[in-house]
Amino acid sequence: MKKWNTINKSTRNNIITIGVIVVIYAVCQLMIAAGAMSNLMQGLLVPLCYYSILAISLNLTVGILGELSLGHAGFMCVGAFAGAFFSKSTQNGIGSSFVGFLIALLLGAIAAALFGALIGVVVLRLRGDYLAIVTLAFGEIIKNVINVLYIGLDGKGFHFSMKDSEALNLEENGTIIINGAKGITGTPKHTTFTIAALLLIAAYLIISNLIHSRSGRAIQAIRDNRIAAESVGIDITGFKLLAFTLSAAMAGVAGVLYSHNISTLVATPKNFGYNMSIMILVFVVLGGIGNIRGSIIAAVILTLLPEYLRFLQDYRMLIYAIVLIVIMIFNWNPTCIAWRKNHSLRDILHSLTGKNKKEA
Amino acid sequence: MAMLTVKNLGISFGGLRAVDSFNITIEKGELYGLIGPNGAGKTTAFNLLTGVYKPDTGTVTLDGKNITGLSTIEINKAGIARTFQNIRLFKGLTVLDNVKIGLHNDYKYSTLAGILRLPSYFKTERQMSEKAMDILKVFDLDKEAHLLSANLPYGKQRKLEIARALATNPKLLLLDEPAAGMNPSETEELMKTITLIREKYGVTILLIEHDMKLVAGICEKIFVLNFGTELANGLPGEVLNNPEVIKAYLGE
Repeated sequence: MKKWNTINKSTRNNIITIGVIVVIYAVCQLMIAAGAMSNLMQGLLVPLCYYSILAISLNLTVGILGELSLGHAGFMCVGAFAGAFFSKSTQNGIGSSFVGFLIALLLGAIAAALFGALIGVVVLRLRGDYLAIVTLAFGEIIKNVINVLYIGLDGKGFHFSMKDSEALNLEENGTIIINGAKGITGTPKHTTFTIAALLLIAAYLIISNLIHSRSGRAIQAIRDNRIAAESVGIDITGFKLLAFTLSAAMAGVAGVLYSHNISTLVATPKNFGYNMSIMILVFVVLGGIGNIRGSIIAAVILTLLPEYLRFLQDYRMLIYAIVLIVIMIFNWNPTCIAWRKNHSLRDILHSLTGKNKKEA
Repeated sequence: MAMLTVKNLGISFGGLRAVDSFNITIEKGELYGLIGPNGAGKTTAFNLLTGVYKPDTGTVTLDGKNITGLSTIEINKAGIARTFQNIRLFKGLTVLDNVKIGLHNDYKYSTLAGILRLPSYFKTERQMSEKAMDILKVFDLDKEAHLLSANLPYGKQRKLEIARALATNPKLLLLDEPAAGMNPSETEELMKTITLIREKYGVTILLIEHDMKLVAGICEKIFVLNFGTELANGLPGEVLNNPEVIKAYLGE
């Protein structure tokens, strides 16, 4: 126990969070093996992971950098299509599906990061809420562009059109990879719960370690006071760009996980639209702005909740909204905060082991 | 040798000449006071020196290097650090982290090393923490190192701002009303701290202050600004007894 206390606080928090994720992962696997988990629940395990990755990556922009982004689903969309495009076009080429999937993940991250950097370079120089406006527009534009995008592959290579699939002029044995509003069909289902959980842990570690490093401090300094950060010689635009691009890249990875978990990838308002971006933002706000662990918890609760409220049918979203309000009150109401302090898990554990909390 | 030479510095906002033909030479190690009635252009002069505003006319030379028109970031790297009239701390970060941000450009490791926690991360972070604690000790803030900076009492927040500025290892330190809002005993303590950091770090200081006890007590030279131009400049005894200066401050 003594050694435990000498480890620095951020490392301790990392170990606790990752430990909890691993335990939950193990319990889920055991339940699946024992046949104790419903199909509905099994189908939700991967979404839980990519929603969590989306939430913590958006928290990097909103909570750590302090800029509002309303187009996170757009970056997810870019990642999803870049990854799926690669997997679909190399389906017969690469022998090992695992290596292919790793490349797809990497490509998804890079593609989303490129778009993030492109937007960031222009917008992050400005002061004010421009990022929110531009990312909002970006999210809608990228979805609509993909809906009219046709890409085919034949012996001569890639064919590209923004009119219809006929305009691709493919040879007889050619395949359409992206078919406009019909999207990409037959993406290999490479995403597994194990890979998704591992990537969630990696994403958590990257962000948590970044926050407690030199660059992370600089990013938080910009959030807290831009003018003072400039006065101590911190490169404002550079670090803003770093945080925003990294956030976009992680959303891209979540997108690749998403696209390799379903058989037909299409860009609809439901999966990559404005509502999705707002939902991710709700995860972040509810979990606590700047609180990475909270983002994961909020993403998990708010993904499971609507599923478990299905029996309420039409009243489902009504109850969902009420629960949101209750959680918000529980998080921020002073009386509730005081109650939580008096009834914290740590104190209960200490009273069980008969220790005074001062000793800890 | 002169640490700071300012020649004919000036800026206009619309029709208002906020600072006009501002000339000052500060020798190495000197403690200079900049005083003047409200609205005289003192903070504007600071903003010109630190690149927040670009001057219309004139040149600024720091330790032999022309820094006129450089950005705030470049000017800080060249060796000017400042504090603010209205405190600007990084409120979401601890006292220690505030000072560590001041060390940002002197202690480096890559973002990747930070994320992957490579040996350079641990080594540099340890050095940064030691250096930051040294600075905090000088300001008697070492016991509060792990508090959130927003939770410090007012007087200590002012001190922390100076500590953070000092962490950037400046040649010239600009203090904008360091004693504002302090009670007499806090001001007394601040005067001791300023004297101490001059001895310990050999830094040249230019400070704006309204507290005449502090100005007369520690400044070696005083520059009086009124309506953006020089009213008087010289030794404290002469300047503070100058009838023009008294008139500008107290009216006729």
